[in-house]
Amino acid sequence: MSVRYTKDHEYIRIEGDTGVVGITDYAQGQLGDVVFVELPEVGKRVGKGEQAAVVESVKAASEVYAPVSGEVVEVNSALEGAPATVNEDATGNGWFLKVKLANAGELDSLMDEAAYKAYCDSL
Amino acid sequence: MLNNQGRPTNPGEAGAQAPKTFTSNRALQMEEALIFEIGRPDTSGVDIDEPEAFTQRLGALERKGEIGLPGLSEPETLRHYVRLSQKNYSIDAGLYPLGSCTMKHNPRLNERMARLPGFADVHPLQPQSTVQGAIEVIEGVAHWLMELTGTKAVAMSPKAGAHGEACGMMAIKAAIAARGEAATRRVVLVPDSAHGTNPATAALIGFSVKAIPVGPEGKVHVEDVRALLGPDVAAIMLTNPNTCGLFETQISEIAKAVHDAGAYFYCDGANFNAIVGKARPGDLGVDAMHINLHKTFSTPHGGGGPGAGPVVLSDRLAPFAPVPFVVREGTNLRLVEDEAGTQAFGRMTAFHGQMGMFIRALSYMLSHGSDGLRQASEDAVLSANYIRASLADLMSLPFGNRPCMHEVLFDDEWLKGTGVTTLDFAKAMIDEGYHPMTVYFPLVVHGAMLIEPTESESLASVDLFIATLRDLAFSVQRGDTERFSGAPYFAPRRRLDETKAARNPVLRWTKPAPILKAAE
Amino acid sequence: MRYLPLTEEDRSLMLARIGVSKVDDLFVDIPADKLLSKNVDLPRAKSEMEVERILSRMAAKNATASTVPFFVGAGSYKHHVPASVDHLIQRSEFLTSYTPYQPEIAQGTLQYLFEFQTQVAALTGMDVANASMYDGSTGCGEAVLMAHRVTKRRKAVLSGGLHPHYADVVRTLSKMAEDDVVTLPADAGATEDLLASIDSSVSCVVVQNPDVFGNLRDLSPIAEKCHANGALLIAVFTEAVSLGLVKPPGEMGADIVVGEGQSIGNPLTFGGPYVGLFATRQKYVRQMPGRLCGETVDAEGRRGFVLTLSTREQHIRRDKATSNICTNAGLCSLAFTIHMTLLGEAGLRRLARVNHANACKLADALAGVKGVEVLNKSFFNEFTIRVAGDAAQVVEKMASAGVLGGVPASRLLPADAALRDLLIVANTEVNTDEDRAAFVDALRAAL
Repeated sequence: MSVRYTKDHEYIRIEGDTGVVGITDYAQGQLGDVVFVELPEVGKRVGKGEQAAVVESVKAASEVYAPVSGEVVEVNSALEGAPATVNEDATGNGWFLKVKLANAGELDSLMDEAAYKAYCDSL
Repeated sequence: MLNNQGRPTNPGEAGAQAPKTFTSNRALQMEEALIFEIGRPDTSGVDIDEPEAFTQRLGALERKGEIGLPGLSEPETLRHYVRLSQKNYSIDAGLYPLGSCTMKHNPRLNERMARLPGFADVHPLQPQSTVQGAIEVIEGVAHWLMELTGTKAVAMSPKAGAHGEACGMMAIKAAIAARGEAATRRVVLVPDSAHGTNPATAALIGFSVKAIPVGPEGKVHVEDVRALLGPDVAAIMLTNPNTCGLFETQISEIAKAVHDAGAYFYCDGANFNAIVGKARPGDLGVDAMHINLHKTFSTPHGGGGPGAGPVVLSDRLAPFAPVPFVVREGTNLRLVEDEAGTQAFGRMTAFHGQMGMFIRALSYMLSHGSDGLRQASEDAVLSANYIRASLADLMSLPFGNRPCMHEVLFDDEWLKGTGVTTLDFAKAMIDEGYHPMTVYFPLVVHGAMLIEPTESESLASVDLFIATLRDLAFSVQRGDTERFSGAPYFAPRRRLDETKAARNPVLRWTKPAPILKAAE
Repeated sequence: MRYLPLTEEDRSLMLARIGVSKVDDLFVDIPADKLLSKNVDLPRAKSEMEVERILSRMAAKNATASTVPFFVGAGSYKHHVPASVDHLIQRSEFLTSYTPYQPEIAQGTLQYLFEFQTQVAALTGMDVANASMYDGSTGCGEAVLMAHRVTKRRKAVLSGGLHPHYADVVRTLSKMAEDDVVTLPADAGATEDLLASIDSSVSCVVVQNPDVFGNLRDLSPIAEKCHANGALLIAVFTEAVSLGLVKPPGEMGADIVVGEGQSIGNPLTFGGPYVGLFATRQKYVRQMPGRLCGETVDAEGRRGFVLTLSTREQHIRRDKATSNICTNAGLCSLAFTIHMTLLGEAGLRRLARVNHANACKLADALAGVKGVEVLNKSFFNEFTIRVAGDAAQVVEKMASAGVLGGVPASRLLPADAALRDLLIVANTEVNTDEDRAAFVDALRAAL
């Protein structure tokens, strides 16, 4: 199982030809208590770096950008009633959406776990 | 006489820990239920006789069923709202140092004037011949605003600052359209330090927003503006004095660069109180600027409104001002309400604007006069600088210890590693009997604390405020974090759970479900 | 200067502490050639007595509603406001407090906002209401923008019964935002075919009830057609008292309800400040403009209130906010909620019935005047009459005779020649039988 990261603190976990997208544990810590997640419609096509979702804490709203291009094939509707899941389990049950990869090559431009850890340490 | 009633006359053990009370009240701090919990649908505090029998003409649209509105008698009503009022901080009760909000004294003469029946009891659509005095008030405020800003036109109808911003930006969009450049000039430049209404307004009017970086000394540089200017730029929106409490030194150069590029200069006038009678925005190249009458000209904030946001306009934008506007025809004043035959871009609101606020503002202007207005600005700036000079050794100034305008900005550099945050510090001020300063704004500095004392404070009041902040700062240094982490301790409420409020919004009262006994 | 506490001695001391010699040393950032060296050319300071004299003279030039037979409405209504309302809103803690950003010391404001939101939701028959807009007209503009966000369409249809100023506000906003607006022709008889304008390109339909000519309109079929086409129904009212007697928009399928709340608690004041009421369905709450107050608990578990869902608002969302509104109608919403609490359900219903009964009496009296025709089949406290002649001139003549007898439709719609003989007449609880008789006499004389 391979996970890649963006500088905007999204992760994408590759599962076959789809990627599970969410925000990292570092990001949820920075945001504080997540109170709302706005998810896209299934079937929406997103380009790499385009806004795919919005995550809100009490005093901030952050766009979540698609790490890669593709079609949204599933969203985590459970977050609508339980946004705290993002704080409690950002990389597990707190995932946002699944994208069917349009171009697997795009993954190469993202950071691996070691590179992302070094990136966070530098902030 | 002997004290033979047995009445103790010294406090005795009164210093002991306070017990819990039966009512949850704490002497003058009264708990108060919601009207829905204390009112009854059949009670009324207004005596109205039933009409004699008549035939309704409502078609088939009569309201049936319960509305859900509780009523209270007059004494119960008074008690409810008086108790609620006692849970609020106010200017009348203490120094209110909210930066960029200008919480100055609200003269009560203004309230009396606004309640004269000749103003409060006239309808906006009466024949204009019957409201000449009301139109004279609008003209009067307009005259003062134009003189004080060095401009030749003003749109009076906007209802608050953000509404004024929208009005000014609409005038700009109309002027650009009149030049045939509506399709190309689509960008508005806004500094990172701007109030959120600026980018929100630009977006509302269909512009896209480009951010101007703020320089290391808290100001916008003309080179940074030039780098962004081009044939696609419609306007710049600049707050001056800015939200860091500083006057934009390069304002004239910025205005010239903007005009040379064919764009307009919108100035956010939220901080006009620093420069009334000292400098005129019209002289600085401003094309449009809203004026918050509820800040600079003392109309009460009223717990969040109503405000008023007239917009002064340069000659280039004046023709596009919205209806209504006042014209003088001999001794007669006329409100032009119809766009036909004018270049007006449209209408901002029903009727003629915030008349009640105009009366209060005119009362304030007449009271101060040109000399008093200038003195007020000088005093406001003096007090802010006095606070800066008195706290600079303990708290951190992000842009150096140099003159500010009517508000002084600190950041949280001095709190680093102490375990105390800007929010904690603000909440501890509440226990000391002060409303906190503006916190976490502007966004360009970390943990911002923006203090605006206004001209309404005596030296003794400002000195006590400074002494209080110094005492709090010493507590931080000593590591007395408890004073902060749990604060406020003495307010009507402790810190409130905003996460809970946002995760499960409860935005109205609903009748509690009846408690059901377990069915056998 | 009575409002400035600092003395010359204080100022010197303060300058010394700062370390400058004169106050202009603090204004060094203003370009030297732009710094004014003397007072602006305006009058000098005046005593309280002098200011009162000047403003009282201006006030005395206006004809006041309470001193004449008064029948002017069309979006702003003369009602009796109990004395305690004005007393309470002048409490320092309400009058001179800011937006409740520090909830621990603003529970008074926050609790009345929560009560206000609940009252407005109940009154309109909707799920949730916000903490107020500037007024009904700007609320109407915001409602259209909200409908565009919800439906992701950009075309509004405005009924010909919508107050022309409200329509102007919507058109102005829409022109600037480059959205489409279809405005139906002025519809004094409430006979327009709105349904024909609704298709799947429409974002929202805006209908006023009672409309600007006073007619009552059944919104249910319009709501049905809107919903079948994926559009929203925005219901508007300018007379809040009507909701004590008339079926609320929430029961007729409205998705957003906006209205003017001036009628309850607030004086005429020549058109402002007023208070915009804004309510909608629960599912659209995150698309709402304006402040929202919500219930929560404090650190000791006690009930308390805070401003919430703020990520919709400009101070957080900036150019992606649902609206640019910041300051709203605070104190006017307090006046509204106090007056509503005093009235209660029973009082509001009685007040509404008295208004309707008085208007029925006046309509009957006017129908008996030669040259006058009452147009409305149904109405609440306002209706439209056709007079023989130019209604604006008739109103001027009546004004000279000391009667303020309504709003000529041409004042609101000057371009529409067909409306020149129409007069919009309001009649509330303040009007007596003598007032109505004086109106009838003055109208007869003016025709």
